[in-house]
This record gives sequence, C-alpha cells and structure tokens, in this order.
Amino acid sequence: MLNENGILFDVTLCVGCGACYDACKEVNNLPETNDDYLKDHLSGNTYTVVEEYDDMYARKLCMHCNDPACASVCLVGAITKSSTGAVVYDADKCIGCRYCMQACPHGVPRYEWGTTQPRIRKCSLCDDRVKAGKLPACVEVCPTEASMYGKMDQLIEVAKNRLKNNPDKYYQHIYGLEEAGGGHVLVISPVPFEQLGYVSKLPSEPMPDLTMKAMEKIPSVAVGGGIFLSAMFWLTKRKNELAKVKKSTNGK
Amino acid sequence: MKITDLKINEIIKPTFWKVVSVIIVIMGLFSTYSRFSKGLGLTTNLHDSVPWGLWIGFDFIGVGLAAAGFTIAATVHIFHIHKYEPLVRPAILTAFLGYSVVVCLLIVDLGRPEHFWHPLIMWNVHSVMFEITWCLICYTTVLVLEFAPVVLEKFKIEAPVKILKIISIPVVIAGVIFSTLHQSSFGSLYLIVPGKLHPLWYSSLLPVHFYISCIAAGLSMIIFESYLIARAFTKEDGFSHTGLKIEILSGASFGVLIALIVGFLLKMYDFVDNGKLYLLTIPSTETYLFYLEIIIGTLVPIFLLSYKNLIEDKKWIYITSVCVISGLVLNRLNVSITGLASSSGVDYFPSFDEISITMMLVVLAMFAFRVIAKNFTLFVSDDSENLVNNKTPAASKQIILSERYE
Repeated sequence: MLNENGILFDVTLCVGCGACYDACKEVNNLPETNDDYLKDHLSGNTYTVVEEYDDMYARKLCMHCNDPACASVCLVGAITKSSTGAVVYDADKCIGCRYCMQACPHGVPRYEWGTTQPRIRKCSLCDDRVKAGKLPACVEVCPTEASMYGKMDQLIEVAKNRLKNNPDKYYQHIYGLEEAGGGHVLVISPVPFEQLGYVSKLPSEPMPDLTMKAMEKIPSVAVGGGIFLSAMFWLTKRKNELAKVKKSTNGK
Repeated sequence: MKITDLKINEIIKPTFWKVVSVIIVIMGLFSTYSRFSKGLGLTTNLHDSVPWGLWIGFDFIGVGLAAAGFTIAATVHIFHIHKYEPLVRPAILTAFLGYSVVVCLLIVDLGRPEHFWHPLIMWNVHSVMFEITWCLICYTTVLVLEFAPVVLEKFKIEAPVKILKIISIPVVIAGVIFSTLHQSSFGSLYLIVPGKLHPLWYSSLLPVHFYISCIAAGLSMIIFESYLIARAFTKEDGFSHTGLKIEILSGASFGVLIALIVGFLLKMYDFVDNGKLYLLTIPSTETYLFYLEIIIGTLVPIFLLSYKNLIEDKKWIYITSVCVISGLVLNRLNVSITGLASSSGVDYFPSFDEISITMMLVVLAMFAFRVIAKNFTLFVSDDSENLVNNKTPAASKQIILSERYE
C-alpha cells in the first residue's frame, strides 16, 4: 500500500477556486452540471466537488479505500483496485445491481439513471493519466497545492509533519488514514471533519471484513449441513423401519 | 382433464377478480415496456441516495415467503415425517413461482439487464451478491427437479421420473443447503452498511434473523394458501377433499410458533448484548415501525398459537398466518427501505411503474399457481404410509383438484 499513490488534500490551503472541479470535468469529458461549482454535488456527471463551509472549502471525491467495500461487493468484479492504488470501474462487466452504491461507506458512487445503458460513475484517480506518467488532473491544476499527489508513505509523512508543526492550525486527525480501513485520499483540516460534511464515525476496520465474518462460515454450513441432513435422513428412515417391524410383530 | 375439456365460456366469463387481474397485467406490461425503453431514472423513484427500492425489497419478501419449499421438503423427505406429505407439492410450487417472480424482478431492476449472464463467467467469490446469485440459480434448478415428477406424471413420461427418484434425496439435501445459504445471505447483504442501516435492524446476526424469520413466514405462507385453496376447491367446510387435515396445519403452525419464539429470543439477546434496548424508547418513525413489525409479526402470533384451542381452529391458524406474513413483509421492507431512509436523507416511495410491474408479476404467479393447481395433481395424500398400513385405503387415493372443482 505504501508504494501506491494517493492524494493529500489540505483544507487550510484550499482557496475554493474550483480549478480541480473544472479540470476533472474536462479530462473526463463531463458536461456542465451547475452554474455555481460551489453548489454542485457528486453525480453521474460530476466526480469531484468543492463545498463551502464558513470560508473553508472541502473537496469530495472517491476515497480510493485500501480494501474497498464497493469492490468486495461487486459480484462480477467490475470494480477493482489498480496497481496505482486507484479504485477503478469496468463498465463492460457491470450488470447494474448498484450494490456498490449501497455499500460505499462514503456514499460516493453515482449512477447514470437517465440512460438505458447506465454506468457507475466516480473518480478513478485519473488512473489512465497516472499510468501514462501524468498527474491526476485535479492535482495538476491546483494553484495552491491544496491537493497533492504522491506515494502514500510520503503523503502520510507530510500530513503528520503539518499536524505536528502547526498544532494550533490543524485539528489533530488525518481523515482517510483509518476510516473504513483507510484509503488513498487523505484530508487534513482546522476543524473536526463532520463539520465539513465528511462521513464521521466510520469503523477503522475495512468494511469487507464485516461481510467476511459471515461469508467464511459458508463452507462449514454447507459441509456440516450436508453431513447432518444425510445422517438425519438415515436415522429417521431406520427409526421408521424399526417402528414398523415392531408394529407388525406386535400385531402377530 | 384435457385442454379441450375447458369450457370457453367459463374462461371468458368476466368476474371481478378476472377484470382486476387483466387490468393489472396490462398496466404492468406498459410499465415494463417503458422501464426497458426509457431506463430506470424516468420510470422509478430510485436515485443516487436510494439505489435500491421496492423491487429489491420485494425480492426479499418473495424469497422469504417461498421458504416452505425447503422446510417442508426437508421435514418429509429427510426427517421422514410423512404426515406433511400433502404440503410438499404446494410448497415446492409456491417456492418455484416465488423464485420466478424474484428472478424476473431482479432482471427488471438491473441497470444492464442484457448483462444478466455475467455472474456465470465473471466471478468475485467475496461478494455476498455473487453467492446469492449462484444459490438462486442452483436452488431454482433444484425446485425444477423436485417439481418435474408432477408434470411428467401428468403426461405419463415415466423414464425420467425413475432417474429423478434415484437422485431425489441428494437433490433435497442440496436444496436445503442452498436455501439456508441464500436465505441468510439476504441478511448478510446489509452487514457492510453499519452506518446506513438503522441500528434497530442492523446487527451482526442479520443473516440468522433472516433465516429464522423465513422459516416461520414460509410455513405461514403454506398455511395461508392451504386455507384459501381448501376454501376455493371444496364446497364443504373442511379440508377433506384436498387431503389436507387440520392436524397437518396445526403441526405446521406449531413449527411457526417454535420459529417465532426462537427468533424473538434471538432478537432480545441481540438487543441486550449490543446495548440497543434504549433504542426502543426513542420516539421515531423507525421505532414505531419496529414495534409494528414485532407486535404483528411475532408477539400476536406467539400469543394466539399458544392457546391449544386456537392452534386447532383453522380460522385462527389462518389469521395467525396472515399476521406472520405481514410481519415478514414489514421486516424486509424495514431493512431494505425504511431502515435506510434516515441515513440517505431522502424519503422514498415507489413510482407507479415500480408498483405496477411488481403487481403484474404477483398476479401472473397467482394465475400460474391456479392453473397448475387445477390441472396437475398438486395434493397427494400420505400414500407411502398407507401402502404399508393398508388399513385406510380411502385416504390413500390421490385427489385431483380439477375434478372436484369443475
């Protein structure tokens, strides 16, 4: 995980210019969805937004979890973890069950409800660009380096240093490091994260673990159940036969 | 009875329910057409905050109510309690039709229905949905194999019946295992959303709750149907003509009682163990719905079935079965829709198309049940035991409903 890449977003540096929002729309060929980018929200045509909270600006985008709930629940494996760390989606595999939308702890994946061939839509951390040696579009255009791209271990180091060196300026928590098992988008801010609309109180264990606890019992239920039922079949049959024999001998 | 024996006048004679059914099916067909031609967005009230709606909720209900297919089959064929033989075929048919509705609704609900076959070759074994899909496929196959003898018998094709008899026990065992797995897995679907599903329903024991409640409701569904069938097919008061005896239904009701008590105790344990009891005192829509679900679906039926004279009275058994079925419907809708409403921040109510497609499928399933019940030997009395005893030959006679009905 540490050699994979991610984004560090620093709320204190963001001026709310919306360059990331525009750049994302441009590289992903997404149509305009709102006159005021600060009032827009994630949708089938918007992968990242900048939201305003009392002169502070918070970006929302896919958190690219280390152990993504969306990828674990996808029955056809249309959502996978790329080697770069991004969580990517393959529309050719998708059957459209929308379990990923239901499962995502951050409520990120959106759907193209209006078409007859809908796709799941979300940030791909510009996986194609990164693989071609470029930066994610939102990071590339950020004028204040509020969004930073790099190796996860370096980003964590930077975030920790900022928190340590400016304890008055930052709320002492790196959002996204442990939330839902952690991910590849980290956020640091002057205020607690629920004030900026981030989903708080997420467990630190990866969400798929919750399902695995039930799923791992399946083989024993299947095998144990098979043995139990076969045994019951034989036992009750034998019991009935014995009862009949007894009945007929009693009759005589 | 041959097809040619059907009286045309009888079929086209309009009755209230026929007219209603035809209207529902026509509306449903229109809705189906617009859903596939316009997409989900324009025809449903689903959106990004509410990705699953009535169709998925109804799938949970359909599968839950079809649970008698495996419980009755296990009781008769594995535990050899032959008293319940008359319930086997109706239970399997109910399950098969229930699952057919569920599969159709699932395909209607898929965003890319033309990709429905992808799970066959694209596997993600970590997904609960993947497990459910495969269990649905396997169990529907089991149901076809279990019901095939009824159809083959009718057309006097005997060779495959012999093969089916040889493999019948492994098939039944497989059916019970597949059912156990996917009935519980419908609960497991929600294990991954602890922050979204209301804590009144979210629990690490969700799969177990789903499993136990489906046993109670599946049996209730058979009791409910038996009552209606007995009323429709026999003019006389009682079940004599269908081979259904009141003690069979009382026995099944006793099974319901046990399942309800176990389910209730487990829920109590869950609430105490997780310190959730305080939730019951917080006034909110969720709390009221939870009380409604528990009182109608669990407490009232437990109370009624605890009285010996009530559990032996077919009217009370019928009322109880309606309560238990309502309880399951409420529970599944609470888990799949209302329990998620407050976290999504949006009120969801199904659209006209969602409702009319669902109603169409239900009407078609009821129609299929009726046609099959009239034309096939759905009710067989306990001949295996009578063959041995040979004391009550009258009861061993197969009863063909269609004859009684015409």
